[in-house]
Amino acid sequence: MADGAQESEARARRLEELRAAADPKTLAYIDAYVEDALGERLKALDQRIEELAEGQLSDRATIVVFSGDFDRLMAAFIIATGAVAMGFEVSMYFTFWGLTALKKETRYKGKGILEKMVSVNLPGGPDSVGTSKMNMMGMGPLFFKALMKKNHVETLPDMIDLAREMEVRMVACQMSMGVMGIEKEELIDGIDYGGVATYLGDGTDSKITLFI
Amino acid sequence: MADVTLDCRGLNCPIPIVKISKSIKAMEKGQQLEVVATDPAFEADLQAWAKRLKHKVVALNVESDSITAVIEKS
Repeated sequence: MADGAQESEARARRLEELRAAADPKTLAYIDAYVEDALGERLKALDQRIEELAEGQLSDRATIVVFSGDFDRLMAAFIIATGAVAMGFEVSMYFTFWGLTALKKETRYKGKGILEKMVSVNLPGGPDSVGTSKMNMMGMGPLFFKALMKKNHVETLPDMIDLAREMEVRMVACQMSMGVMGIEKEELIDGIDYGGVATYLGDGTDSKITLFI
Repeated sequence: MADVTLDCRGLNCPIPIVKISKSIKAMEKGQQLEVVATDPAFEADLQAWAKRLKHKVVALNVESDSITAVIEKS
């Protein structure tokens, strides 16, 4: 604004005049005094800002994928990929039923009887998961897949591939793998393995934390 | 004229914003990206995306069967 600029110009000129007319010793004293007083204050403010900045949540999204249902997994991956598009760093923690999304095959050789029994009852991978409702002995997913195709929605396996392409970090929960009789060899390559502390370490820093 | 064009017709959430964010990443500041989409969620998603990543939506044309938007990378 013109007035503001004119005012500060006038003020600057007046200060110059005063400076030129002042006693140099007084001037030196004033300069040193201002430097000290302000310097302390500014240092304290800078430190406070640094402390506050450290406590800020970062642009990360952490998603716990506990469900193995078709509908819930779709939601998880749509949110994950959407979050990457919105500038978040995304990590997904797959535990219990959610591990199905990471399966590429089912193995039986070398497993104990309990593990074999669990394996038989689990879906073979993301293309054969049931819906949480209206599963109707497997008919439900067929209907929904047809509807998704009609509405130009990506398939679940494609969404999972997209998430990997977008460098979403995928962590498999070691503990639940044992409980579900799932071995590393049955899961896709390039994923991390971790436990609850891995998830919590990530979660405390994230602006978005979800349990699906 | 836009520097980059993106055809997102027939693609639905979240693919349009996924593609837009990929394209913008590869562009220089000040360049413009033109997008055509049929996704009914596109208008809202685009505004949310632009607000979050601080890019400018320079133009937005809503037609009966599609939406065309021009985004400037900031």
